[in-house]
Amino acid sequence: MAGHTQNLTKDEMWGGNASPFGVSYGKMMMWYFLVSDALTFGGLLTAYGVIRHASADPWPVGEQVFESLPFLHGSYPLMYVALMTFILIISSVTMVLAVEAGHRRDKAGVIKWLGYTIIGGFFFLGSQAWEWSHFIHGSGGGFQVNKSLTVTGEMENGEKVQMTLNAGNWVHMESEFGHAYEHALEGGHAAPAADAHGHDAHGHDAHAAHGSEVAAEAHVDAASMHPEALILNKYVLELKDDKDIRKVKVTGEDCKKLWEAKANETVVFGANMHKNEYAVQQQYANFFFFVTGFHGFHVFSGVVINIIVWLMALGGEFDRRGHYETIEKIGLYWHFVDLVWVFVFTFFYLV
Amino acid sequence: MERDDLIVNDSYAINNSHTNEEGKAIRKKLYNVTVLLTVITIIEVFMGVFFKRNGTVTWETIKLGFIVLTLVKAAYIVLIFMHLGDEKKILKYVVLLPYALFILYLIFIGLYEGVSFQELNSTWR
Repeated sequence: MAGHTQNLTKDEMWGGNASPFGVSYGKMMMWYFLVSDALTFGGLLTAYGVIRHASADPWPVGEQVFESLPFLHGSYPLMYVALMTFILIISSVTMVLAVEAGHRRDKAGVIKWLGYTIIGGFFFLGSQAWEWSHFIHGSGGGFQVNKSLTVTGEMENGEKVQMTLNAGNWVHMESEFGHAYEHALEGGHAAPAADAHGHDAHGHDAHAAHGSEVAAEAHVDAASMHPEALILNKYVLELKDDKDIRKVKVTGEDCKKLWEAKANETVVFGANMHKNEYAVQQQYANFFFFVTGFHGFHVFSGVVINIIVWLMALGGEFDRRGHYETIEKIGLYWHFVDLVWVFVFTFFYLV
Repeated sequence: MERDDLIVNDSYAINNSHTNEEGKAIRKKLYNVTVLLTVITIIEVFMGVFFKRNGTVTWETIKLGFIVLTLVKAAYIVLIFMHLGDEKKILKYVVLLPYALFILYLIFIGLYEGVSFQELNSTWR
């Protein structure tokens, strides 16, 4: 029967009893499902674009929001997301190697590569859990000022710059002070005293010393706390004289002025479904939760499906069937998940 | 299953299996694509981190660059990893054309509406 399809005329081919698409029913349906799922994600990302385009207020810059790495201090813009992207690409490669092994009916190869794919999937899910946790806890929090005022701050390169704020503009706190202030606001003794591992309640941004300092301050009234420095343009980009002014540090008298202009009801730490410290627009946090959450759920289901198929392969099910096409179908799904992440990475973090 | 058996000649058909030599060639291609995807991701991150400070290249150009690089990555994933490139022409078109049509329309209408919203926002607030 080899080459049978090639010898068919057009009439014969479309006249039934033949497979004009050259794929099995299952694979065809997997492709159709992926097209419809891609439209769902396309719709979500387009909606994100519409809201972002429609927004009159500045939109947060990805590299300024996502710049932390676990266990490390300092600024590593986009490194963590790049790592997540890399993990997903590598797990996509191991999956395609599993599919390739399947085409050679190589059971051991399928089990090995599909196993690696599952591990990669778990790594990605874990990374996303950290990312969400960091996004939800925030890095210091912020508030809006209740009147317009002019202050002088210092740019990252040490240059001085004069900034004029209007009522409702955002000012951010440094992470150490912000966390201490948050705990003080939450009420005295519930302070984030260091746990046995020396992490604070947030599990990040903790020095060994930080925990005990805060514990000592636990009974300090939040109203009596004053920051050493405040940050302007922490998450958004402002252009002034063709220079982009980001993370302008304000200290001394001007810092006091800003702190006194704090509208108390606007103080936000991190993000939830109602408010977030990253942007005036709540849609920013909501899209983050929905788009990355929906993608994460796809990864989760992918991992579950991969585990089931891995067990089937282990039990020799595909040798009984005589073909490993199931690997190819779940492979399509897994690559699709990678594909979606490529777009989420671009439109949510980079652009 | 009967109908699937008619497509034996397709190298990815159910009851066709690859030889070790074929496997070797495919793996070589896959490794090359892996390197390419990784390099593109690294370039994207560097663009995101460094280019914004550079006044000589406008942000619009960078954005366009991101989108082009993303589409290149997507094309390699779909055509090589999902080997849609090796499928029959008719399957390629049935998957890609309706999607392209829909998504271009969606993007057009999204941008159009977004711009309109923004104008209304800044005019009336």
